[in-house]
Amino acid sequence: MKKALALLLCLGLFCALFAGCGGGAAEAKEDVIYIGVFEPASGDNGAGGKQETLGIQYANSVQPTVEVGGKEYKVELKIVDNESADDKAPSAAAELVGAGCSVVLGSYGSSVARAGGPTFEAANIPVIGVTCTNPAVTEGNKYYFRICFLDPFQGTVLANYAAGELGVTKAYCLNKLGDDYSGGLVNYFIEAFEAAGGEVVHEEFPDGNMDFTSYVAKAKAEGCEVFFSPVSTEAAQLIIDQAVAQGVDFPLLAGDTWDSNVILQAAAGKDVDITVTTFYPEGAKPEFDNGFKTWLKGNATYLANNGGDDTVAAVSAMGYDAYFVALEAIKNAGTPDSAKVMEAMWGTTFEGVSGPIAFDAVNGDAVRTTAYVKHANTADGTWEALPPVTVE
Amino acid sequence: MKTKEEKRDSWIAMGLLAGFYVLLLVVEMVVPPTHMLFSILKKSAVYSLAAVSMNLLNGFTGLFSLGQAGFMLMGAYTYAILTMPVELKMGDSVYKYYDCIVHFQTGMIPGLLMAGLVAALMAALIGIPVLRLKSDYLGIATLGFAEIIRAMFQWDALGPLTNGANILSGFIDLNHVYFPFTQVKIPPTFFVFLLSGGCIAVIVLLINSSYGRAFKAIRDDETAAEAMGINLFHYKELSFVISSFFAGISGALLAMYQFTVKAAPFKTSMTYEILLIVVIGGIGSITGSCIGSFLFIACNEWWLRFLDDASNNILGLNILRSGFRKVVFSVVIMVIVLFFSRGLMGDREFSVKRIRKRWEKLRRRGKDAAKGGGEA
Amino acid sequence: MQFLQNSLPYLLAGISVGGQYALIAIGYTMVYGILRLINFAHGDVFMAAGLMMVYLSATLPLYLAIPLTLLATVLLGFIIERVAYKPLRSAPRMSVMISAIGVSYLIQNCALYFTGGLAKVYPAIPWISDTITVWGAVTKRVTLITPILTLVLVVVLVLFIRYTKIGLAMRAVAKDFETSQLMGIKINSVISVTFIIGSLLAAVGSLLYFSNYASVTPTSGGMPGLKCFVAAVFGGIGSIPGAVIGAFIIGICENIIKGLGWTTFSDAFTFALLIVILLVKPTGLFGEKATDKV
Repeated sequence: MKKALALLLCLGLFCALFAGCGGGAAEAKEDVIYIGVFEPASGDNGAGGKQETLGIQYANSVQPTVEVGGKEYKVELKIVDNESADDKAPSAAAELVGAGCSVVLGSYGSSVARAGGPTFEAANIPVIGVTCTNPAVTEGNKYYFRICFLDPFQGTVLANYAAGELGVTKAYCLNKLGDDYSGGLVNYFIEAFEAAGGEVVHEEFPDGNMDFTSYVAKAKAEGCEVFFSPVSTEAAQLIIDQAVAQGVDFPLLAGDTWDSNVILQAAAGKDVDITVTTFYPEGAKPEFDNGFKTWLKGNATYLANNGGDDTVAAVSAMGYDAYFVALEAIKNAGTPDSAKVMEAMWGTTFEGVSGPIAFDAVNGDAVRTTAYVKHANTADGTWEALPPVTVE
Repeated sequence: MKTKEEKRDSWIAMGLLAGFYVLLLVVEMVVPPTHMLFSILKKSAVYSLAAVSMNLLNGFTGLFSLGQAGFMLMGAYTYAILTMPVELKMGDSVYKYYDCIVHFQTGMIPGLLMAGLVAALMAALIGIPVLRLKSDYLGIATLGFAEIIRAMFQWDALGPLTNGANILSGFIDLNHVYFPFTQVKIPPTFFVFLLSGGCIAVIVLLINSSYGRAFKAIRDDETAAEAMGINLFHYKELSFVISSFFAGISGALLAMYQFTVKAAPFKTSMTYEILLIVVIGGIGSITGSCIGSFLFIACNEWWLRFLDDASNNILGLNILRSGFRKVVFSVVIMVIVLFFSRGLMGDREFSVKRIRKRWEKLRRRGKDAAKGGGEA
Repeated sequence: MQFLQNSLPYLLAGISVGGQYALIAIGYTMVYGILRLINFAHGDVFMAAGLMMVYLSATLPLYLAIPLTLLATVLLGFIIERVAYKPLRSAPRMSVMISAIGVSYLIQNCALYFTGGLAKVYPAIPWISDTITVWGAVTKRVTLITPILTLVLVVVLVLFIRYTKIGLAMRAVAKDFETSQLMGIKINSVISVTFIIGSLLAAVGSLLYFSNYASVTPTSGGMPGLKCFVAAVFGGIGSIPGAVIGAFIIGICENIIKGLGWTTFSDAFTFALLIVILLVKPTGLFGEKATDKV
């Protein structure tokens, strides 16, 4: 019995080994260009990562081929789950590198992007950051580009919104300990908010925390007038729930992560005031919205990955744009060779659904001056667009 | 005195090992360095060291300790902080919210040594109170200390040293290791194998020394060992400190491997992973730990990945999707745990002698069979 | 008075979490008392109960979903014991513990596979999840129900162990595994009952816990599980009242720490408390002193 089992296990392992290697060998097809998708499908940022991946997959279904140097190539996506974990990021990145990707898109969440970055750099593969807004992602890594706005910009917009539109003077800020995204954004928010004459109470919660009672209670006890917490959607659900339970009367304010139907579902039918800044408001490009919705509804898995309904998340629109920017760069390079694509990247421009995209010459960050503001309509579970904010 | 045969065996073993390293070097020169194989080999070399150091405690000294992740964290941070270039520390890109108070930088080797020493020092301090506890209580107390260490490193007040809970990067990583006094890069996989292999060799020498025999005596029967004049606390502390020293170095190597360090991933689940490797390889077997870590890492992050790919589904069954790999992997682990509860190697080692014995036995049986056939 | 007003929310949260921890900690302490096994999978059984509730309540009405969840969790606990622990009864203790870690790994990964790695919103149970006001502190009704329900269940359990035949058998097995086997006690059924009770309480605990923190992820069970084990050790492992008191102390302390603004250390504090108690009184608050026979 034992021997048979051992034999079976060994056999299984060997099969897997061959499948792994065999897969690698079969990949060297002539007329295919691989684009890597370095996104989380599980862990803290799983929900957002999946929506971003959906945008990329949709773009791939719209434009599955590309003509480079007079030759028609098929574009194939290599999707790898980086598990929202810094320690799993290098091997996930190595998987993409090993698959021979010309360019990589991702990741949702700035921490994993930073952890995976050096692997791509070492392999001379350019990466387009889709929605990782922390400045440190592209600083010092010339292979990392980015098509979204940055935290200093977003933090300023949010602080100005709180101080100007809401007219509050005391804000409560909550971020996750050791999270580049929320930590950075809160930091820039505090800078701008204090510059505008406001006062801030700042707290951090540890990884795996489920109990937000005390944080919300603290915000109430301190008499804060706005609750700023640009954390992952998993934590956001709990915060909203707790805010409702404690019957808070201050508005909740957050960055682009909260622009997700997960938040709408958590807030649906509840008495809570949520405002977020984001990259793309649904309804801005009806053609894209409708195409995306039809595509989503055609496949149950896609719909489930989008959180069960057909709301267009801003990250999906960004993923869509990122894919086309990548194709544009490959076209400019005239070859699928990643080193050439990297050189061509600097001069690449594209008119995306989220606005015009171009990279600056310093870090390869997108030049963006507009952020869209959305407010959650909890009665019918949709986002209402507020006037966008432009900072020069 | 060693017999002639034993001597010959150890020469063969050394030759095989040297051959393996040469092969590794050749493979690394020939195959493109971006191949997945190297990523896996590097990580499994790092985990081998971590597993062997844990095995020294759990397998050879009989101390059930679950503090591995904490000591690795200390090593990783020490190494990262020491070897990060001063300009980077003073600049704004890493220490964004703090002013770094470490105004110097060291080379890679001193960094690695310090990583081990800091972890060892911490272990020495923790060991004094904790090693009085027995079995599970010791395990849960060391696990608790690991969690406390993790919280300390994320503490704001230590920010000028540890950068708070934020990521550290820009230190000397595996792709920037040079031969001393030259600008020639050492192939990264070869380098990790060299380092962790060297450390493991030291542990093996230790285990085969009189210290090692004392450790094993404590493992087999504490009371008897004490009656034989072994100072229990002294040897337990020694084993704990040495194990932590190497755990610290493996933490530093892990930092080198993943380019960045952050306290958050050094959770209890990391300790559990290493414990699983030790048990799958066989408690009390060094070679088992090494083989176990390679199989564990390769299965987890490489061989089974095709199970995650929804495009590999056949017959219209929709079972392959993201996460299926992990389910299969954990089922494999359960099967190994349930049916091979002594692990792949038990407490034996992979040795030339055993293979030779096995071979001779086979040959003799073959001869006997031939003879029997002749008579009939 | 002002101080009390300010710290009341923390105290309430602490008592409520403490009660939920207590229900889980009982499972740890009973299993450890009988098998000398740290059942690392127990926290994940708790998480699995949460997920089952999410899926069952999506299709069934609550009055069916809740009993079904309890039943399914009990079944899960029973199966885990039969498949993963029973075959290793004569193996070294380390193997059983590794098996527990393996089961924990398996449950988490299955949860990951089925949920697709996304957090699931726990259904709101009417009445329990309603918001109420206690002396100016706004909270959910579950906060008040938890400690009461916990105490009731603990009293019932203690009576069960003291006055029923199977309870007597459990005490005997905990005292001396081999002798009770020789005395004709059916060890396997006693162990199964232990796991069934433990899982049932974990399921009730998960109902209360997730009604309070309405989001279930595959790793939701990890930290609470560990803390509950710490609570069990703190109170003296093997002792049910000890586990309950330990759980309340840890729940309350954790929230007071958060109230003081030391959130980084809220988890670490639990372990610090544990280490202190282990060094001062190695068998926990209510543990019996065991002597090693040579």
